[in-house]
Amino acid sequence: MHIDKFTPKSDMMMLLGFAAAVLLMPLWLQPFGAAYPDLMQRFAIFGLFAIGFNILFGQTGYLSFGHAAFIGVGSYTTVWIFKLFTLNILPAMVAGVVVSGIFALIIGFICLRRTGIYFSILTLALAQMSYNLAYSVLTPITMGETGLQVEAADPRAWDAPLAEGAVPRTNLFGIEMTDFGGLAGFYICAAFLIVGFYVALRITRSPFGSMLRGLKTNQNRMSYTGLNTRPYALAAFVISGMYAGLAGSLMAAMDPLAGAERMQWTASGEVVLMTILGGVGTLVGPFLGAVAIKYFENIFSAIDGAVLTSALDFLPDFLVSGLVPVLSLFVGKGWHLTLGLIFMLVVIFLPGGIMEGYRRIKARFSKQGEE
Amino acid sequence: MDAIILQILNGLDKGGAYALIALGLTLIFGTLGVVNFAHGALFMLGAFVAVSVREVLTISTKVKDESVTFFEAFKEIPYLELWLGDTGRAIIDWSVPISILIAIPIMLVIGLVMERGLIRHFYRRAHADQILVTFGLAIVIQEIIKAIYGANPIPQPAPEMFEGTANIGALLGLGDNIVYPKWRLVYLGFAAIIIAAVFAFLQFTTFGMVVRAGMADRQTVQLLGINITKRFSIVFGLAAVVAGLAGLMYTPILSPNYHMGMDFLVLSFVVVVVGGMGSLPGAVAAGFLLGILQSFASMNEIKQIIPGIDQVIIYLVAMIVLLVRPRGLMGRKGVMED
Repeated sequence: MHIDKFTPKSDMMMLLGFAAAVLLMPLWLQPFGAAYPDLMQRFAIFGLFAIGFNILFGQTGYLSFGHAAFIGVGSYTTVWIFKLFTLNILPAMVAGVVVSGIFALIIGFICLRRTGIYFSILTLALAQMSYNLAYSVLTPITMGETGLQVEAADPRAWDAPLAEGAVPRTNLFGIEMTDFGGLAGFYICAAFLIVGFYVALRITRSPFGSMLRGLKTNQNRMSYTGLNTRPYALAAFVISGMYAGLAGSLMAAMDPLAGAERMQWTASGEVVLMTILGGVGTLVGPFLGAVAIKYFENIFSAIDGAVLTSALDFLPDFLVSGLVPVLSLFVGKGWHLTLGLIFMLVVIFLPGGIMEGYRRIKARFSKQGEE
Repeated sequence: MDAIILQILNGLDKGGAYALIALGLTLIFGTLGVVNFAHGALFMLGAFVAVSVREVLTISTKVKDESVTFFEAFKEIPYLELWLGDTGRAIIDWSVPISILIAIPIMLVIGLVMERGLIRHFYRRAHADQILVTFGLAIVIQEIIKAIYGANPIPQPAPEMFEGTANIGALLGLGDNIVYPKWRLVYLGFAAIIIAAVFAFLQFTTFGMVVRAGMADRQTVQLLGINITKRFSIVFGLAAVVAGLAGLMYTPILSPNYHMGMDFLVLSFVVVVVGGMGSLPGAVAAGFLLGILQSFASMNEIKQIIPGIDQVIIYLVAMIVLLVRPRGLMGRKGVMED
């Protein structure tokens, strides 16, 4: 087990570095062609999701396969607040986080009665149940396959009625999410991400955080010391559920609609992958993983046969005609295949993710320096 | 009364598929201690063996249609029919049962390759890692199938003999109201035979005895000089065959698509958990039980009282069982308790 030395000062430096990196994303992502607001919003939102997921999985070791359900609950709640009360995102997001927290409390209360694989399966089952419900009985609330949308004619109790045919836009005290070419939306996401990161940092360093890591190391011994471990696990579950709810809320705030496909098990699997790819149990790792996955998803999905052909132009013709069909399996609509392969390769060869890779490289260089 | 019998039949049917997948999951879990999230993918692969076999059998050529005299007309005729006449037509008609013969070796090889190539390296890793790597494998298999066969379901007809419905009520002397699709009855019988065969194999053969001994105490069996690892790999192959055949025979009931494996896997996991992790009879019993419960819950009379119950009944039952009997219906002590 690798142990880093932490001081309040180094933590402060890490937080400042993180904040600077996030806030300056529109600048340093420019050379990567990823500096447009829509994608950066996704980086921030999924980063938040993964950071929250890591509080449960990374700290306590409980592998939840149903966290996408909280995304769904957060989005639906937020959109309903937009429809019924106001287009200001703040109350809607507070409601989204609170409701998904309550939902997490119920689900966690049931699922945390078991550990290990049982827990994973129970969360998976409950999330699938929520997904099925959203598509069937709850259609009056979720609008089923159409998805829940904000319309101009919605009865908003706290807002002045919109003009006929006006497009309802979400705002934060008058600043619309699409202002400044979408950067307003990104900076709101970024602010939430930095606050979320700070909270995660505080949790990790707190006595509560070491309790959670104790759960991961040996739950039985914790119980033998006379401690009731379940409230701690439940608290971690609810906190990470609230992070997921916040991420879902932000999604709805940036683009005011909510659909059940966000709750599917593949979405739950994706956040697990982000966390693992970045580095389980590390603070920055899950965010890096989320950025990496969303970045490559964006790049790979955009590539099609024509792009491949022109990219491979320098090769002889017979090679191109052979390679293009093979490679196009992995890009465009085949992005999920690449995702699955990355998933397997990371679990097999680099279980500690990007952060472990970084540490290994660093260790090699520092060793060379000493010699 | 009639409706109840029909629902029980319906449930047994779906329950058969759940039970077969859950049986394989439990076998793998009991022997190798691995949680296989790619088991649904094996179910799906079996279904696509049937699709491929049918595609191969119906490779066609264009032949002049003699029945049309006004103009030159062509129709597609499978080579098999051209060469063998009625026999060829019968072979194509029976493509689903025939593909069983081809599926057994294919699934066995896939299972062995999976175990030797990937799963073997994960025995000593955490359960979370096993779940994740097999989950990744499931996505990969699913996407490959999607790339080859497309995203749309491909319907597979049952042999003509088993198309249509059978009047079970008349057979059992219960009146004429109980009619049921013939192929579903075939599936039910098939599931029963496979389950019986697996149990007989484990119970009455020397190989089965060694495997059971290995499940109970792996180390002692190894100390006796038996290569248990090799036998466990074969068990994995067998579980793959069982899952594959379950999917293959299910094709006339549900047109195969690339995500059918995952749909069944989630429910099969619930079945395993309800039955009790590591208990083979538990897996089978819970499979049928949940299948029947689900089909009762989808009756209109019940849906009117509690809307949406058909979507959630399995999960509700699973939750209640786990809260009341944490080890599942027939779970043994000490299995997966770490």
